[in-house]
Amino acid sequence: MLSVKNLSVAFGGVQALKLDQFDLKENELRVVIGPNGAGKSTFMDIICGKTKPDEGSILFKGEELIGMSEVKITEMGVGRKFQKPTVFTGLSVFDNMLLGLKVKKDIISTFFYKTKKEHLEKIHEIALKVGLQDDLDKIAGSLSHGKKQWLEIAIVLLQDPELMLIDEPAAGMSDSEAEKTGNLLCELSNSHSVIVIEHDMKFVEQIAIDQVSVLVRGSILTQGTFQEVKNDQQVIDCYLGAPDSAQTQRSA
Amino acid sequence: MPLGNLLGFVETNTMTLWGRYFCFAIAAIGIDLIWGYTGVLSMTQAFFFCLGAYGIGMYMTLSNLPEGHQLPAFMEWNQVTELPTFWAPFSSFPLAFILSLLVPALFSLIFGFFVFRSRIQGVYFAIITQALALAMFLLFSRNETMLGGTNGLTDFKYLLGFDLRETSTKLGLYFISFIVLCLIYIYSSFLTKSKFGKGLVAIRDSESRMRFTGYGVSAYKITIFMIGSVIAAIGGMLYLPQTGIITPGRMDVQASIEMIVWVALGGRGNLKGAVLGAIVVNLLYSIFTSILPGGWLYVLGGLFVITVLYLDKGMIGLFQQIQAYIKTFFASDKNNKEAENEVINVSA
Repeated sequence: MLSVKNLSVAFGGVQALKLDQFDLKENELRVVIGPNGAGKSTFMDIICGKTKPDEGSILFKGEELIGMSEVKITEMGVGRKFQKPTVFTGLSVFDNMLLGLKVKKDIISTFFYKTKKEHLEKIHEIALKVGLQDDLDKIAGSLSHGKKQWLEIAIVLLQDPELMLIDEPAAGMSDSEAEKTGNLLCELSNSHSVIVIEHDMKFVEQIAIDQVSVLVRGSILTQGTFQEVKNDQQVIDCYLGAPDSAQTQRSA
Repeated sequence: MPLGNLLGFVETNTMTLWGRYFCFAIAAIGIDLIWGYTGVLSMTQAFFFCLGAYGIGMYMTLSNLPEGHQLPAFMEWNQVTELPTFWAPFSSFPLAFILSLLVPALFSLIFGFFVFRSRIQGVYFAIITQALALAMFLLFSRNETMLGGTNGLTDFKYLLGFDLRETSTKLGLYFISFIVLCLIYIYSSFLTKSKFGKGLVAIRDSESRMRFTGYGVSAYKITIFMIGSVIAAIGGMLYLPQTGIITPGRMDVQASIEMIVWVALGGRGNLKGAVLGAIVVNLLYSIFTSILPGGWLYVLGGLFVITVLYLDKGMIGLFQQIQAYIKTFFASDKNNKEAENEVINVSA
């Protein structure tokens, strides 16, 4: 599905990302964790075409993504949800979703666009899925933070992507909202390949039904199930600071 | 609209004045589409307005040549012996008409293509368009450009055989301006309600979200920039016959900023607001320059400060707020009465 090789990017001399290998199977839900500045969001930016890497290759469904325009990558079936909820605040929830709908998106087609019945059904179906069925007429800017996150997921979902890149979906959510989001993501992974970036360990535990990758200083430190990663000494060291070195320092 | 008191009550000059306001309102709609809806601050709209005016002006110059003269007077003064080739098509009205629309359209297409393709946004775009406005102002001010230099084009008596000094011609132009304004308003409101229009608002709200939803944002911006420019040119084409003179002074940076102020004061992102802003500001301009000459800029500045500080959505936003307030006031009044009735019922 997705195969990343020898990807590297540096910002002004600082190596932000240096990935040797990253593979994702079809309908897999991969959680990427790692400390701040580990390059998680940069990784997603490169896949969806927002950032150009210095070198490397990303094969998606057998095609090279690097060098393609953002629009082309989106058309290929890569959907991106940003870290900060990004919705069209001046439009209604319905219109937000209408713009996400997978139809021709060139100027002439949008200009003469007429809402079809199956489009309405699709929007209502997705709205029900993300729990926004009662908010369709509201202005998106007036939604709560959590609902904005869901709306953005809905916009991405309506594009009918095969690969979803979801950056910190539960940030700033209440516990119950986060749980709902987690359930939604698990459900999505039945029919989509999903990569989720997350900080909150409780939330990671909920959604880590497949593999978890740990990204530290731009490289994959380790990969495995949630329990394996959680008990990995290297991971513990990098999250909590290495106790050994601290002890040796103290004893010295 | 002051249609009812056409005959007798209102002076013809006032009608012409209003006709001109309508032309400004047309240009304001164009700015609102680009800036209010799409969030792209273009500071060169007055230039496109002037392109329309100059196009018609060139036709009128050639069709109004005094007998025995082959060239406009300003060319003769510059010892030009032959009509420059780019003037030639403007001797026919249909060609001049088409070119007045086509030139701004092509200009904005090419300019927009390079600027939007390079993803120049926000303040940088505003600065570049300002530079363009200044460059064009300087170009049109030069005698070598063969467009009348700083004096511009003037001294017109007839348009298509109609005497511009006749009351009936003036009224006709007033009505045409009004009708064209209405048509452009209807077209624009249709545009903003379409999915295309919603896409424009979406670009304003979040350009990157729009891009990662699969829309070619640059193409959308170029299109609306073109539409806005052509609308401005239409305003200019109607403006010239009612004013009788067009000079480069109409296209300098200040003129473009003034147009933006109309839209800001009226309420951007709202077509009614743009029309209202253009008309009210120009009306105030006429009033203040006659009773308080010199004070006008302070009034305009003051209005602008008030709008920026207190009226985020301009005058139209204020009206909507008042309307909403009155509604809730009466609604709560009703609720209170109902509550009182209930209390009475319960106690009874």
